[in-house]
Amino acid sequence: MKKIFCIIFILLFVFNHLLNAEEIKIAVATNFSATIKKIVNLYEEQTGDKVVLIFGSTGKLYAQIKNGAPFDGFLAADSKRPKLLEDEKVALKNSRFTYAIGKLVLWSPAIKLGDSAVNVLTSSKYNHIAIANPKLAPYGMAAKEVLIKLNQFLKLSKKIVKGENIGQAFQFIKSGNAELGFCALSQIIGSNIQNKNYYWIVPAKFYSPIKQQAILLNKKKSARAFFDFLRSPDAKKIIHDFGYDTP
Amino acid sequence: MILNEYDISALIITLKLALSTTFILLVLGTPLSWWLSKTKFRLKFLIDAVIALPLVLPPTVLGFYLLIAFGPDGFIGILLDTLGIKPIAFTFTGLIAGSVIYSLPFVVQPLQDAFKSVGKQQIEVAATLGASPIDRFFTVIIPLARHGFFTAAVLGFAHTIGEFGVVLMIGGNIPGETQVLSIAIYDHVESLEYINAHWLSGILLCISFIMLISIYAVNRKFRIVQS
Amino acid sequence: MSIHAKFQIKKGTFTLNADLNIPAKAITSIFGKSGSGKTTLLRAIAGLDFHKNGYIRIGETVWQDKNIFVPPHKRAIGYVFQEPGLFRHLSVIKNIEYGQKRSSNSKNSMSPGYIIDLLNIKHLLDRQPQYLSGGEQQRVAIARALAYNPDLLLMDEPLSSLDENLKLEILPYIQSLHTELKIPIIYVSHSTDEVARIADHIVILEEGIVKASGLIGEILTSLDFNISRDENAESLVEAIVMDHDNKFSLTYLDSEFGKFTVGQKNLPIGTKVRLRIAARDVSITLAAQTGTSILNIFPAQISKIAPVGRSQVMVKLVSNKASILARVTRKSANILDLAPNKKVYVQVKSVALLA
Repeated sequence: MKKIFCIIFILLFVFNHLLNAEEIKIAVATNFSATIKKIVNLYEEQTGDKVVLIFGSTGKLYAQIKNGAPFDGFLAADSKRPKLLEDEKVALKNSRFTYAIGKLVLWSPAIKLGDSAVNVLTSSKYNHIAIANPKLAPYGMAAKEVLIKLNQFLKLSKKIVKGENIGQAFQFIKSGNAELGFCALSQIIGSNIQNKNYYWIVPAKFYSPIKQQAILLNKKKSARAFFDFLRSPDAKKIIHDFGYDTP
Repeated sequence: MILNEYDISALIITLKLALSTTFILLVLGTPLSWWLSKTKFRLKFLIDAVIALPLVLPPTVLGFYLLIAFGPDGFIGILLDTLGIKPIAFTFTGLIAGSVIYSLPFVVQPLQDAFKSVGKQQIEVAATLGASPIDRFFTVIIPLARHGFFTAAVLGFAHTIGEFGVVLMIGGNIPGETQVLSIAIYDHVESLEYINAHWLSGILLCISFIMLISIYAVNRKFRIVQS
Repeated sequence: MSIHAKFQIKKGTFTLNADLNIPAKAITSIFGKSGSGKTTLLRAIAGLDFHKNGYIRIGETVWQDKNIFVPPHKRAIGYVFQEPGLFRHLSVIKNIEYGQKRSSNSKNSMSPGYIIDLLNIKHLLDRQPQYLSGGEQQRVAIARALAYNPDLLLMDEPLSSLDENLKLEILPYIQSLHTELKIPIIYVSHSTDEVARIADHIVILEEGIVKASGLIGEILTSLDFNISRDENAESLVEAIVMDHDNKFSLTYLDSEFGKFTVGQKNLPIGTKVRLRIAARDVSITLAAQTGTSILNIFPAQISKIAPVGRSQVMVKLVSNKASILARVTRKSANILDLAPNKKVYVQVKSVALLA
């Protein structure tokens, strides 16, 4: 019995090692999950390389990477955390770049927005407005900027409900508990919301660009190759399709 | 002091939430536990299972369902609307409702055990001494089950203080209203404010530890007296 | 205040069928083996369990009838359980006050102080129940039931959970209830010893059926029931202390049979006592013996003879209104030609005095 276990263990170890030789591990901010999966599919088809994706909030992934998580690359939802990793010499210098620019949307399943979105926002037609937590999520920060620009942030302080991330803010709105809220265009596209009367793509002048940056964590060649692919026209097309801009 | 005003308000809200939840749980849990400890109802096992669900479910599951139930299309939302009550998601009331459900097994189980341990005879003795059912409940059952009430109250309180997933889902993180300690800690950690996180975590750890110490100390005292 | 109780109770295959008239101001013992339905009957009388089609009346008050069911807490009963069941969270005095405070009965009123003295528990009042011995606990439980001022005291084998020494410690207190209380007591027991000591009336219950009911002296010697044909069959004779003989350390007692002589007992002259005589300790002679060491010899008349096993017979002997059982071999009975109405002498080898 013991022998069998030994053999199985050795086989698993060897097998695992063989697989590892081919694969790269990329940590990705959750909001980019649908997009990156499509990109990885295409990449694996073209190269035969294997990409393992690890999803999580940018903050959590950052903490894990700092504490030695064995990832090869990091696709954050902001530019702050990749920059920190670079400064802290945890990540590879000069490998940082913006892979996508997020677009903020004001969405309400119940109230027509269209051109009068700003009027609705400043009206008292609603009890709760959902945003992602500005402290944690770049989309939350952007939403906060919009509200400040419109002089609503302090006025709404008791109406603003904060999701820990943009996904939760989206859920608050979708379930109807918040009548409206700010989320990402990629979410609107991802969940097939067609009627443009119910969402308003916030013009870029209202907030600083939501730069989602990527950075390499080691010198693995296959990881660098994947990062190059991320900037290719094929990948960019997918990124645009999902509601992001690219530089 | 390292704590900012939001941290302090989170601490106060957490304590307020835990106290209100514990109070409501004891009021609701007492008759429910009593009934469960006595009933010969055939489908009791179903009720037991429903009450125990929060013990095994990830709190986020409960929170997710509550969020949907509280919404305008959810059954609680519809019910409240027909009663003319404002929606309760993202309110302190909503948090209490969630916490009550979430901590219910922590109150019902010790109470049920305590009621069972009172024994039939003590109640019958009281009946033959002229005590009506309500009289018996207050003068015999509650005093004899008092360690159960204590355990239930402390566990309900401590468990509510430690609650995260449910509040995360239905709280909305409104400072001064629904932002509780555990969420504040999460935010601090996520935004790399480790010192604040340390302070708040330390406070939470101390409160929880003190509560558990008191349960075990009191239960030890009870065992000595009863042996 | 006499009691009429009528119950027909079905529990699975077991059926209890009882129709009892229980006399006022007396100790009635419900006697039977375990499983005979004694406790079931007692609980039904107390109203602790509800059974359809039951009837119970105490004096003028109906506790249960077709459309009436008075819940136990509204019945003026005292109930002493097998286990003392003192409230664990209350001191002894608080236990006693629990029922006293809830009593709505002004009749039969006994002051708590009197009850506490009667059961000799004054020194225990401030203690917590768990620090009392089993016997002390049961005495407190009896005091607690009495302090409620019941119209009827129910006792469910109150001594069965105690060891022999403790039984002997409590029995005198229960016996004293007999003379001190003005209320009827129903005492459930499976011990002949206890019953012989304290009961006035006895109800014999066998497998849910009342086999006999009547005065204890009569039932024990009637020869119609198992109890009087048992190995340990015995008779009870009421007697009064007449005189003490200090020279020989003896006590003389008067009874329906004549003068009994027993070892000296420290009892005042005139005290009513109960003499307990085992059937195996009684022998029969045709003539009054003189050359014998036995002191207690009385003339009597045979009223009935019943076989016991294959080699022995039980002989019932009467004198005035009292009766004694004698167990002799069938052979002796044959030699002496014993038969009903025959006049003989009984020799009593030993007598237990139940004060």
